[in-house]
Amino acid sequence: MKCVLRLYITGCSLASQHAVMNLRLLCQEELQNMCEIEIIDILENPEIAEQEKILATPTLVKRFPAPVRKVIGDLSQREKVLFGLGLDLRKPGRTYDSKPPGRVSEEDAGR
Amino acid sequence: MTMTHAANEVVLKMPVGIAGFDQIADGGIPKGRTTLLAGTAGSGKTIFALQFLVNGIQQFNENGVIVTFEESPDDLARNVESLGWDIRRYVAEGRVAMVDASPEPGETVCEAGPYDLTALLARIEHAVSKVKASRVILDSVGAIFPQFADSNVVRRELHRVVSGMRHLGVTSLITIERVHEYGEIARFGVEEFVADNVIILRNPLEQEKRRRTIEILKFRGTTHQKGEYPFTIDPTTGVTIIPLSAIELKQKSSNIRISSGNADFDKMCGGGLFRDSIILVSGATGTGKTLMVSHFMKAGIEAGHRVILFAFEENREQLVRNATSWGVDFESAEQQGLLRIICRYPETMGLEDHLIQIQREIDRFRPVAIAIDSLSALERVSTIKSFREFVIALTSFIKHREIAGMFTNTSTMLMGGETITETHISTITDSIVLLRYVELQGNMHRAITVLKMRGSWHDKQIREYMVTDSGMEIAGTFRGIGGILTGSITYTLGEEREYLERMFSAGA
Repeated sequence: MKCVLRLYITGCSLASQHAVMNLRLLCQEELQNMCEIEIIDILENPEIAEQEKILATPTLVKRFPAPVRKVIGDLSQREKVLFGLGLDLRKPGRTYDSKPPGRVSEEDAGR
Repeated sequence: MTMTHAANEVVLKMPVGIAGFDQIADGGIPKGRTTLLAGTAGSGKTIFALQFLVNGIQQFNENGVIVTFEESPDDLARNVESLGWDIRRYVAEGRVAMVDASPEPGETVCEAGPYDLTALLARIEHAVSKVKASRVILDSVGAIFPQFADSNVVRRELHRVVSGMRHLGVTSLITIERVHEYGEIARFGVEEFVADNVIILRNPLEQEKRRRTIEILKFRGTTHQKGEYPFTIDPTTGVTIIPLSAIELKQKSSNIRISSGNADFDKMCGGGLFRDSIILVSGATGTGKTLMVSHFMKAGIEAGHRVILFAFEENREQLVRNATSWGVDFESAEQQGLLRIICRYPETMGLEDHLIQIQREIDRFRPVAIAIDSLSALERVSTIKSFREFVIALTSFIKHREIAGMFTNTSTMLMGGETITETHISTITDSIVLLRYVELQGNMHRAITVLKMRGSWHDKQIREYMVTDSGMEIAGTFRGIGGILTGSITYTLGEEREYLERMFSAGA
């Protein structure tokens, strides 16, 4: 089952560059490249951001499989990314769909 | 922004187009800046902000952007449809662009690392350039805070949005909820990033009645009127502010006199009432106030003038019937288009709304004279403060239009004393007429006196009058007694001696 992910970034900001790198690594290491990634620069396509109601950047959206999930941030915290997307493939049979993840503080994100 | 930078800039104003607001704001909100509009729930923030936007389109040919954080664009458009604002049409015509930042129901967002709200700013910039907007509203930014874990990040990012909008050169209004009517400016410390210009809307409960007020707290680098001003949200015109300080004492004075409808009373007033003056007729129940009003209306009609009678105590049928018994034909005058009778129960709406309705009727009918019977009926639906404001606003409105007004006041005491209405509006009205009951030797008599009349000689005596079939008949003065106005009659000694002598000689 392929998973469809879309990443919204803003130009070449540091957080955006980190997010692209972190997402590529995550796909290789956790999802065995079983994913399609689309990267959209909001500064070039603001109307797509309007359609998709994107407020924060970077935003990662899992479009398939349902349900749609959003993760924001530079994706440096891999556990939280997997948790937020409801894709924890290292532990088969266990998903977080029945129990939505709570809000995660970004205090330890090293701002 | 450095101080020197600020000092060199001249702050221009952008008219909001809300009746009364541009007056108290000395022209409008600061152009090219962001103004914070703070208020408690239900204080009218969204309507005010949308009205700023809609007026831009309708009155000033300026397009706008709505950034909605709380309601979905559909809900927002639907909620203001009743005010006649067709937001959807403006969007279709490319005059308004929407930025939907409202939370998606049921959506959970996980935060995994640092982020910013550049996307929001990019969307606003895109919307502004799409419709070439000069006005932007953000409603209400408080709703964005719960969507993110760290409110510091949101504050920092909103600050960026505000400076971004400044670069775009747009004039913006940001609405924000506050918790208490009197206390910190806004929730989430929002005032920290738009501290330059702050407007506060209040809706406190006073004696079981809501009283809306607006206050411009500050406009950096430019002037505005200070203090709270009452306003109302009218179903047809939206927010309407009643400016008090801005309207006073600009009226001109007229020397033209019109008849009160009673020749004797005209004489007591030195030849009639001035046509741009306000006369207060105060008396207890049954002293003949409505009678005076009916004759005042009749005099106007007979002179071929248009007149309006606002009645807050009696219904139409009663008024017409009573007038007929005094020889005044209201019905045919109405058919001729010279008279309008408007009966409303005071309780049907707030005083601010009554004021707007009265103003609207006057502007529609353009009368030469109006009567309000009675002002004290309106007093009971309001607080003392808003009653006073109502009277000030009403009197200055009708003076501006050079209309003569006769207001009646029902005093609570039969014999004398003063009422709240009298104390509060005596300085505002030009003339005061007192109607009093006088008890003399076991009989009730009625007394009339002109207490004051600005700019004219008037009769200073207290005269007796009778209410007869033909109306009010003014007779001679009361002699030998005092204290009529206070209600405690005293006889002067000489008179009393005479009276006693007569009594004994009669007995002898």
